[in-house]
Order: sequence, then C-alpha cells, then structure tokens
Amino acid sequence: MTAQASRLAEGGRWDIITANHAVAHAARLARVQVVPAYPITPQTTIVEYLADFIERGELDARYIRVESEHSAMAAAIGASTVGARAFTATASQGLLLMHEVLHWAVGARLPIGMAVVNRAVGPPWSIHVDHQDAISQRDTGWLQLFVSSNQEALDSVLMMYKVAESPDVLLPFMVCLDGFVLSHTYAPVNIPDQGDVDSFLPPYDPPHWRMDPDAPITYGNLVMPDQLYMEMRWSIDRASRAAKDRLKEISTEFAEKFGRYHGSAIYERWSQDSDYLMVASGTLASEAEVAIEELRREGESVGLVKIRLYRPFPGEEITELAAGKKGIIVVDRSVSFGHGGPLASDLRASLYHAEDRPPVVGFIAGLGGRDVRVRDLKAIFRSAKRKISEGVDRVSYWYGLKVREVGE
Amino acid sequence: MVSVAELGTAKKNTWCPGCGNFAVLQAFKSVVSRLGLEPWEVVVVTGIGCHGKIGDYLALNSFHTIHGRVLPLATGIKLANPRLTVVGFAGDGDAYAIGIGHLPHAARRNVDLTYVVHDNKVFGLTTGQATPTTPLGMRTRSTPFGTPEEPINPIAAVLAMGATFVARAFSGDLRHLEEVLERALRHRGFAFVDVLQPCYTFYDTYGYYRERVYKLEDDGHDPSDWNEAMRRAREEEVTGGERIPIGVFYQVDRPTLLDRLPHLSGVPLVDRPPRVDVAGLLERFR
Ligand SMILES: Cc1ncc(C[n+]2csc(CCOP(=O)(O)OP(=O)(O)O)c2C)c(N)n1
Ligand code: SF4
Ligand SMILES: [Mg+2]
Repeated sequence: MTAQASRLAEGGRWDIITANHAVAHAARLARVQVVPAYPITPQTTIVEYLADFIERGELDARYIRVESEHSAMAAAIGASTVGARAFTATASQGLLLMHEVLHWAVGARLPIGMAVVNRAVGPPWSIHVDHQDAISQRDTGWLQLFVSSNQEALDSVLMMYKVAESPDVLLPFMVCLDGFVLSHTYAPVNIPDQGDVDSFLPPYDPPHWRMDPDAPITYGNLVMPDQLYMEMRWSIDRASRAAKDRLKEISTEFAEKFGRYHGSAIYERWSQDSDYLMVASGTLASEAEVAIEELRREGESVGLVKIRLYRPFPGEEITELAAGKKGIIVVDRSVSFGHGGPLASDLRASLYHAEDRPPVVGFIAGLGGRDVRVRDLKAIFRSAKRKISEGVDRVSYWYGLKVREVGE
Repeated sequence: MVSVAELGTAKKNTWCPGCGNFAVLQAFKSVVSRLGLEPWEVVVVTGIGCHGKIGDYLALNSFHTIHGRVLPLATGIKLANPRLTVVGFAGDGDAYAIGIGHLPHAARRNVDLTYVVHDNKVFGLTTGQATPTTPLGMRTRSTPFGTPEEPINPIAAVLAMGATFVARAFSGDLRHLEEVLERALRHRGFAFVDVLQPCYTFYDTYGYYRERVYKLEDDGHDPSDWNEAMRRAREEEVTGGERIPIGVFYQVDRPTLLDRLPHLSGVPLVDRPPRVDVAGLLERFR
C-alpha cells in the first residue's frame, strides 16, 4: 500500500485547510444534491463552505436553511426518498435533537451522509470535544466511522457514500470528527480531482425504492406483529454487518486509486509483536499512537488498535488481534452511565467467546474536551498493567478526575 | 427591594461592545427593582445564543435551557410554583426557528409569564447566519448571495395565536424599553415582547431603526383593539419599512391557565406533600 501511496499521491491538489473545510470539499466532490443545514458550533463552517460552493456554482445542489436539526434530517430523508444524494452536518445537541429521525432514515434504508463534529452534550454547556453525542446514537443503525486527521475526514466521506449506497447495505452513515482538534485545525490536505472521484463514486441510483410519480408506493405504514416488522429489523442488522465487508473492499479500492489508506474497520500498528494492545478512537487514538511509540522506545511491548468503524463493531477483527495478549487497554471518550465506557464494554462482549481471552481494562478520559496528552496515555498504560496484575474489578476506571474517585 | 446594582454579578460580560443585549439587561434589572421584587421571587429562563448569557449577569435564579425550549420550561416552573415571577429570554433563532412550535401553545394557554425575544435577526452566537426574521435578500454567512426566504412577522403571528399581551420595543430607546417591560411583567397572563436590537458585530441596525420607529402610545393607538393592532403589526411591511411601531400593540384580560385548573389553585404544587396515599382508593379493586 505504501509503495502505491508514493506513486499515486500526485493527483489532486494540495491545500492547507481545516477538517471542516475538507469535509465540505468531500461533499462537493461527492456531488451531493441536497444540503439541509442548521448552524451549531463546531460544525457550522462545514455548511457555510457548502453554501459558498453552491452559490458560486461549484456544486449543483439545493441548500435548505431549515429551522432545526430535526427538520434537517427530515429534509434529508425527503430528498433521499426521491433518489437524491443528501448530506448534512451537525454536532452535540443538534445530533441529539435528530435522534427520532435518525431511526427513521435507517428504517427507510436511505443512505444519507452526515458529518458529526463531536462535541460534549449539556448541561453544563461545553463546546469542546468528546464522543458522547455520536455514541448516544449507536443503536439507531447508522454506520458510524471515527476519523483522526483532516485528510481522513475528506477521504472517509467519499468512501462511506460508496459503502452506504452498496445494494447490500443501504444505510445512512456518519463520519465523526473531533470538534476543534480537527474541525478548526489547519493541516495539509490533498483534494482529489473531480474526475477521479466521479470514477470512484458513481451517482446515487437507488436499487431498492424511491418516490416516483410513475410508480407510486406508500412507505412507512403500520404493520402488525405477525407481519414483517421483525424481518425488516433483521435485514438492517444484516446490512450493517455487510457494511464492514464493503468498507474493507472499498478502502482497498480507494487506496489503489488515490494512494491513501487509513485502515478499514480498524487501523492497527505493532499489534502482532506486542504483549498489550491499546484501543481508542478519534484523535485520542492518534495521541495514543505517539504515546505507544515512546513506550516502545522505553521497552514496553504495546501496540495500537484504532477503532474507526464503531457501528458495525469490529469485534471479530479485534478478537483476532487479541489472541495471546497479556491485556487490552481501552480508552473511551464517552460514558454509558452505570456501565463504564461503551468501547470497553462492546469490546469485552466481543471477546467473550474467544478461547484465549485477555483481560480488558477500560478508562474514561477526556470528557468535555479535557486534554489527554501523551503523558496521560502513558500513565494510563502503566496503571492498566498494574490493574491487570492485581485484578480488574470494573468496566472502566475514570482517569484524571480533579476529585478522588470514591473507593479508588 | 433590591437595587439595580445588587442585581448585577461579578461575571465578566462577553457581549460585544454595542450589542443590543446590554439594554435589555439594564432595562430588566431596573424593572425588577422598580416592581419591588426580591431576587428569590424571580426566575429567568434563557435560550441558547448570545442573549442566553443574560442569566450569568443577573443575581437571581436562572436556568439556561436548551436551544428553543424556553417556553415549556418556564411553563413548568410557573405551574409548579405560581408565586414566582417567571421571565423567559430567547433569541430570534431560538424563538422563531427551532422553538417556534411552543409559541402558539404558550399564547393560547395564557400561562402568567413574560417572554422577551432578543430579535437581532441573526443567529448571533454561531456568527451571523440568517434566521426566520432576517430580511429578504440579506447576505449572511449562510446566504452569501442573499437570503431567498420571506421573513416572518412575529407581532402579527403572536396576535393571531391569541396572546393576551403583545408588544415591541427597541433596544436603542432604553426608557421606552423599560416601560414596555414593566407593563409586560405587570400583565397577568402570557406577555410577549419582541425587542428590535442590533447584533452590532453581524447586523448593525441601530441607524435603520432609529430613523423609523415611532411609539404607539404617542400615536393614539388603542391596545384593546385587536384589528387595529393587526393593522399596525403589518405597518412595516405595508410601508416598505418606512414606519415601525413600537410599544404595546394589544392587551386583554383573560383567565390564565391556572385560573382554569381549579385543582391547581390554592396551595402551589411545590408546597403540597410529595406523595399522595392511593392505597385507600385501590382498596375497592381488591
Ligand atoms: C439543538 C441545537 N442546535 C443548534 C445549536 C447551536 N446554536 C447555539 S446558539 C444558536 C443560535 C442562536 O441564535 P439566536 O437564538 O438568534 O440568539 P443570539 O445568539 O442571536 O442571541 C445556535 C443555532 C444548539 N445549541 N442546539
Ligand atoms: S455577536 Fe451580536 S448578538 Fe452576539 S454579543 Fe456580539 S453583537 Fe451581541
Ligand atoms: Mg438572534
């Protein structure tokens, strides 16, 4: 892959832009046709860039200044049902307000695209990053992919449209990027050429259903318990699993075409030759990569697993890597109150059937934008090693509290 | 009684110099003081936006709610403890975009509270995008080539919704703003006040309004005449923005929601014993 990377990264044009700008470019390159928008920090500039592209004639799309996020998703659903490629972006409270409609998009099997710029939820009000907003939507059926660089944000929107629109998937997706740390931070980004994107991502042509005056249908009616409600739910679950396979193929195809590979459901490094694995997602995982580099130089045997795809969950992939390890350390940037970190508990559940099941130690860190530095991640690793030898007695431990945890 | 100074807080004010919010804050403090209210008798509920920080600058009870939900929260507070004076502060985005669904219901229920909308005609806090009151054709961050949508007319809308007190004020006329706010707080029922105010950073309208506003009181307007109120509400549109009336458009006496719920009158809900023993009632189903 790397050899190809150096050979093919010639295409496109380089610019120094924020991740929000990169996401807007991705939506433009994907030739999205309808953009319903409602402002919310730190997402707002995505939809502002899109308004600009559209009004300058660089993107042929309809822009709807809706009155709330609930309406934004409802409008995206309307657009998608007639066969348009729809895109919106939101964060935090906006995503929470969408919740009801998120379920609807999945039930109707509409491959809508959305950027979620991760931000803590209130109260108290915080505009800074954590993953509580997106993680709270995990059971809606949306495909959820977390990125950790500006380039990855751009590339992932393109790849995820292709995954979502695959005939055996047909589910909406959210690409999640960390508020401010990515959304407002400038970095060099390669913006692919339109022609290359067009040949990678053909126009959306719904294979399943669309609202068409020539072939009228009714959608969303009442079903009774002995009709097909349950089977439709099952087919969503199956489609979600299929998305993981599609992402694997599509990331490879993308790498061959554009010379960039960010991983598939997961991204891993040093996982083969280490005793421990550290697991995280988003920019926390990039920070962990740096911490692990240092730890390895200091003689520790630890590798990295970045969870990119959170739903569907890469349980099999992680189970494979986990075999024979001395322990797995999971750092969550959100919490399932009363049951520790969501990544930690999902990962533990996935490992349950593995024969050679290592202990898992969870940590909750970085909520409300609290900084998690390399030295914090190193401290987390050392504390985890201690806990593994002494015995792990809960799903997750809170790291870095300014008050001492009761009973700690 | 509390003085205007005592109603202030030590919190650093982060509004832009020249923002219309300062006038609303100042006017509200002087009205609370003038009415002889004690800080613990007042609850302020604010929306999300620049205006929402008003709670930080007031030394009384305040609740910074979620975007658009000032009215349901204020309603709940008032119904549970009618002794409190409940005042909602919302933005135009807050009140007329995301939260507009609550407005007709507050108006028709006629719960005794005051609702002040800081109508600066932009989403201020998210840096100046178009809201439902942004004039047609205006360029904003979300409408680089001008907004293509007709603005709503809040006064006409709220009159049509059946509110019992409908007023407009201008942040550039502090004395008059105080008068309108005082009448709103004294009104028994749902009192609606739309405050025309500049967002000094993203939409400076001081000059525009100053040249055009006139006071309904000075123009012989009879606030009990709904039809005339509606005609005046449309005056800005009809005259192409020449004349913009401020003051009380309409005021009428009507029973409040609590008046119509006899089981809630008397002892406020907050003072009632928290649990009712229903065991006796269930006995006969044994
Ligand atoms: C559900 C939800 N969507 C979006 C936002 C982002 N947001 C914060 S303030 C604001 C706009 C505020 O505009 P307005 O109500 O007019 O108040 P102003 O800042 O002008 O006082 C928005 C959209 C939010 N906090 N919650
Ligand atoms: S942005 Fe506008 S509304 Fe917000 S504080 Fe500044 S002047 Fe006031
Ligand atoms: Mg406003």
